[in-house]
Amino acid sequence: MPAPVITATALTKKYKDFAAVDGISFEVAPGESFGLLGPNGAGKSTTMRMLGAVSTRTGGDLRILGLDPDEHGPEIRSQLGVVPQADNLDQELRVRDNLIVYGRYFGIPRAVVAKRADELLEFAQLADRAKAKVDDLSGGMKRRLTIARALVNDPRILLLDEPTTGLDPQARHILWDRLFRLKEQGTTLLLTTHYMDEAEQLCDRLVVVDKGAIMAEGSPAELIRAHSSREVLEVRFGSDRNAIVAEQIAGVGDRVEVLPDRILVYSADGEAELAHLLRQGHEPITSLVRRSSLEDVFLRLTGRTLIE
Amino acid sequence: MSEQTVSSNRSAMAGGARARRLGSWYVAEHRLLDMRAYAQTIVATSIGNPLVYLFALGVGLASLVDANLGDGGGGQVSYLVFVAPALLAAAAVTVATEEFTYPILAAFKWNPIFSAMRSAPVSSAQIANGTIIAVALRIVATCAIYFAVMVAFGAVPSPLGVFGILTASATGVAVGVVIMAYTSTVEEDKGQMAIIMRFIITPMFLFSGTFFPLSQLPVYLQWIGWISPLWHGTELGRVLAYGLAEPIWLTVAHVAYIVIMLLGGWRAAQVIITRRLDK
Repeated sequence: MPAPVITATALTKKYKDFAAVDGISFEVAPGESFGLLGPNGAGKSTTMRMLGAVSTRTGGDLRILGLDPDEHGPEIRSQLGVVPQADNLDQELRVRDNLIVYGRYFGIPRAVVAKRADELLEFAQLADRAKAKVDDLSGGMKRRLTIARALVNDPRILLLDEPTTGLDPQARHILWDRLFRLKEQGTTLLLTTHYMDEAEQLCDRLVVVDKGAIMAEGSPAELIRAHSSREVLEVRFGSDRNAIVAEQIAGVGDRVEVLPDRILVYSADGEAELAHLLRQGHEPITSLVRRSSLEDVFLRLTGRTLIE
Repeated sequence: MSEQTVSSNRSAMAGGARARRLGSWYVAEHRLLDMRAYAQTIVATSIGNPLVYLFALGVGLASLVDANLGDGGGGQVSYLVFVAPALLAAAAVTVATEEFTYPILAAFKWNPIFSAMRSAPVSSAQIANGTIIAVALRIVATCAIYFAVMVAFGAVPSPLGVFGILTASATGVAVGVVIMAYTSTVEEDKGQMAIIMRFIITPMFLFSGTFFPLSQLPVYLQWIGWISPLWHGTELGRVLAYGLAEPIWLTVAHVAYIVIMLLGGWRAAQVIITRRLDK
């Protein structure tokens, strides 16, 4: 097995008494697509800033490409592409110039970076916007430009912090398609997200993070197998009755979870559970049978939903 | 570390070494490109300002002063020659104030390019350096144009006066780095920049021996001049431009004051920016 490109061991970041990242350990193999899944405030962005060799850890050990970020920050960053949570493009510069200026930070000669910028604009589907002002781009276009910029140095690892947060569904799908191509080309991707569908689409393997700690680790399918049932029956009885009905049907399926707006019945066969409920005389306002998702895994592990 | 990792990290080592050596220049290059967005304003003000000020003060006001005093109040030269080095230093301070207030806030917040730079191989201290270098270049260019206009007005009797470009620029940068250190601590704009301009920069212009010798002020106001970098820069400019008579220790003190402020402010800006970006 090739040496991991990232090794975090009991990685910790404390701000005074508060541990934003509380001793997390994981490894990422070259070419792997690895996700940190967790709600806002789980410590994902702080972890990303440490992996990006910007923020210094306060405990544990971290190796990126075999190097210690405390010693070799510039060396590590020369091999990374970083897509932060909030776009930080230079609005004073035109679209193409954003790529060229950024390439210069990696010491890429002007002529080379100009050619590279054109390729990346093509990749990001922004070739016709080369001369546009950044401000005039849509949210999805800005995001793609930020990703193009992160690729200007042909990075060995691409760090993406919530790459599609705030984008509309169509823009998200375009972006996922671009990231999927990078993955196919063998770029190591490390991304954070609080969208389970994103994690399922893009990640070979992921860790579920909550309150700075890792709750579970595995591929999306493994996590679902280990922490949830095959199917989920969602039934709604109205916000005033959900809790009451949940008590009455407590024994149904493998497990019953009650949320403010609905009841979740975990089972290998959702349709059968629904029939069972109807026979018992429980008539839900709406019902839905679906496959288990990482959202359910998260709920099981933390007792909370991902997006609150 | 395995042999394989070592060899595959050769490009990392080269990339890191390059950034350690040249990072500040990469940042300066970026900032100079940013200035292109308002290049027209820069050019117009660089040429327009000296013309306006030298006509208004060096010609217009000077006719009154010279008619009443027969000299610049200091007893040596015409009012035009007296006021020109002060206007040069003031122009440098104006550009520094302009570049180290809102553009710094913007680079942290509204157009957060500092965080983008920080993801590249450069360090936070290099981000500070590059920003200062770029502004310093703009200040030197502004002062050079200003000086050329001064010469055209016949305001510079001594050939040594040309070094006034450097002393004025250094004065501007010294004031600028201190402002930059402060603005780098500002998380939210609550009008602090306007306060700097109104309550620090403007009084500094008025009480730094700019338009009249500091000795004309009551003694209890003269301290404003002594602590003002603009006064030190102005007096240096006068020593160079027309050989203002002052004790040599005072000239040394002018240089020392500006150098200490420049180095101290520069270091403070590095430390504060590092603390903010690396947290």
